[in-house]
Amino acid sequence: MRTLFKVAGAIAAGLATPAAAADKLKVGFIYVGPIGDFGYSYQHNQGRLAVEKALGDKVETTFLENVPEADSERSIEQLARTGHKLIFTTSFGFMEPTVKVAKKYPNVLFEHATGYKRDKNLATYSAKFHEGRYVQGVIAGKLTKSNTIGYVASFPIPEVVSGINAFMLGAQSVNPAIKVKIVWANTWFDPGKEADAAKALLDQGADIITQHTDSPAPLQQAEARGKLAFGQASDMIRFAPKATLTSIVDNWNDYYVARVKAALDGTWKSEDTWGGFAANMVNMAPFTNMPDDVKKLATDTEAAIKSGALNPFKCPVVDQDGKTVECKGGANLSDEQVLGMAFYVKGIDDKLPK
Amino acid sequence: MRLELVPRGDVSPWARVLAPVAAVIAAVLIGGVVIAVMGRSPAAAFQVYFVDTLSESWGLQEMAVKATPLLIIAVGLSFCFRASLWNIGAEGQFIIGALVGSILPLYTAGSGAGFWVIPLALVMGALGGLAYAMIPALLRVTFGVSEILSSLMLVYVADLVLDYLVRGPWRDPKGFNFPQTVNFDATLPFLADGGRLHAGVLLGPVLVLVAWFVISRTLFGFGVRVAGEAPKAARFAGFDANRMVLAAFAISGAAAGLAGVLEVLGQIGQLKPGISSGYGFTAITVAFLGRLHPLGMVFGALVVALTVIGGESAQIALKLPLDLTRTFQGVLLMCVLAADALVSYRVRIVTMARA
Repeated sequence: MRTLFKVAGAIAAGLATPAAAADKLKVGFIYVGPIGDFGYSYQHNQGRLAVEKALGDKVETTFLENVPEADSERSIEQLARTGHKLIFTTSFGFMEPTVKVAKKYPNVLFEHATGYKRDKNLATYSAKFHEGRYVQGVIAGKLTKSNTIGYVASFPIPEVVSGINAFMLGAQSVNPAIKVKIVWANTWFDPGKEADAAKALLDQGADIITQHTDSPAPLQQAEARGKLAFGQASDMIRFAPKATLTSIVDNWNDYYVARVKAALDGTWKSEDTWGGFAANMVNMAPFTNMPDDVKKLATDTEAAIKSGALNPFKCPVVDQDGKTVECKGGANLSDEQVLGMAFYVKGIDDKLPK
Repeated sequence: MRLELVPRGDVSPWARVLAPVAAVIAAVLIGGVVIAVMGRSPAAAFQVYFVDTLSESWGLQEMAVKATPLLIIAVGLSFCFRASLWNIGAEGQFIIGALVGSILPLYTAGSGAGFWVIPLALVMGALGGLAYAMIPALLRVTFGVSEILSSLMLVYVADLVLDYLVRGPWRDPKGFNFPQTVNFDATLPFLADGGRLHAGVLLGPVLVLVAWFVISRTLFGFGVRVAGEAPKAARFAGFDANRMVLAAFAISGAAAGLAGVLEVLGQIGQLKPGISSGYGFTAITVAFLGRLHPLGMVFGALVVALTVIGGESAQIALKLPLDLTRTFQGVLLMCVLAADALVSYRVRIVTMARA
């Protein structure tokens, strides 16, 4: 009798999964925040949806959101052992767990965002967010009346530090007297904390807020006080139509579609991708709430960075203590110097948390 | 009209055992209705959530790995809670234990130091958690400071100490300035090939047995229980209330610290921000889910671990949203607590007739 059940079960299972489904490439995504953050994880999820749209009949995608970084190894392995053949882990803190799971599942391809450890089946990718920060700096330098910018920062990792520096260099290029005040929120996503940080900065005289955290809360604070602000990771103008100057928009869509295609074709290789404006991995949302001359300046700056005529980290770069930073990349700081940045440029009135 | 809870006279031990089972069944039924309303198959969800996880060696191993820190912290906390001492800061003691326990593994990484590092690290981790728990305990016995507030606030201090160390002095020099230490060599051995079941898992049951023995068979355990249930009687009986505070906090701090170092050496392999993902707080739930009874807490820790892993499976296999799996965790906990209350009390409807 039991055998009969088993056989019946097997037949039912066979019917339930048509052969076509087995041929689909299963692609998994691990997000550090909720897809409803309307910022960082939201943009990664947009990339996943772009994959479904472009390759819908050939792929099946899955995501896990709000995954705690230190407890992510199991979540990544869950995807690997349920037949996912290409897995994107989209935050720095997933690095070591991804490395471990990649070793255990040599036939599964992994891609880790913003990290630096690679393997035969583990590629890395990130975006030059700092290019967008430079453009923001130029806008802020032009528009500020109090000469004080408030910066809501997350964690003092190189990506954030290089963003602060690029912002400052952009601002100084049009307004040498500008000051940047920084509050470390110590979180990627916590609307309450982010709002408090923005309030504190506005109270200290900042009239423009920029943020390297993922919720629209700082923008909304600026809007409530009649000040200006920049959005993060996705176009956040709907949260603050009067305050938003522009947003740095992460665009993972093209990259994800290209990588999934490569996995389907068998041309996938483990490599490191680091693209900015030119690679269309970072975009600026429309420039709004600013006069036309500033809009033009911002557009020109973006175009110059895109064409390579302007590099945010053009040498000489002078650090906080007045020392000129060794220039390892010819005319500009080298990629390694930017990717491992742990110093402030001259003029930033803050001590880097050490 | 209003509802009133009336204590039942005597409750059969069977009712106490069956209550959690009934609660799980009730939660599954409620969850099934929600899933059906969403247009998914409740049967498939049940299969993925419970059956698959519980029927595979991988799922069981992962449950044990997830439940271990929860269980160890909860067992320690039960000493405090039984004595009506509210140590809400196990999360901080977990983190400090992880930090102190990591000192040796950190400084011996790459040196080829032998296995001796691990037992020493575990002892240091427990002592670290113990010392950190002494702060709220001493504040309470000397100045009468509420241990609820001080222990909770110290969680944030611990978080920032960890943050400081992994960004500053303990940062991996080859790590591109990212906030993390080097990978430790001194990690706990795995019990099964290919799995993540580390040797630290074995400590859970051992500590459960020890705690059961101490609470139910020793004078100290008796003192803890009396202090919680009848503080005046405890004083008349000659139990020193201050010593009780220190002892209970020492035990729970040491347990949380041990859990912390086990998590780092067994699971993560390095220090970085966010090593805990809330174990110290979830363990409070586990402790009360298990009615502060050592065996009950084993059940509690496993149920919580199951909901996490089953919830992930449901997200993957059925594309159910995370919010739904979290909601189900909440429903499950509410059902267990409600069943517990209904076993001890019965509901009486009081009509608004004035006397």
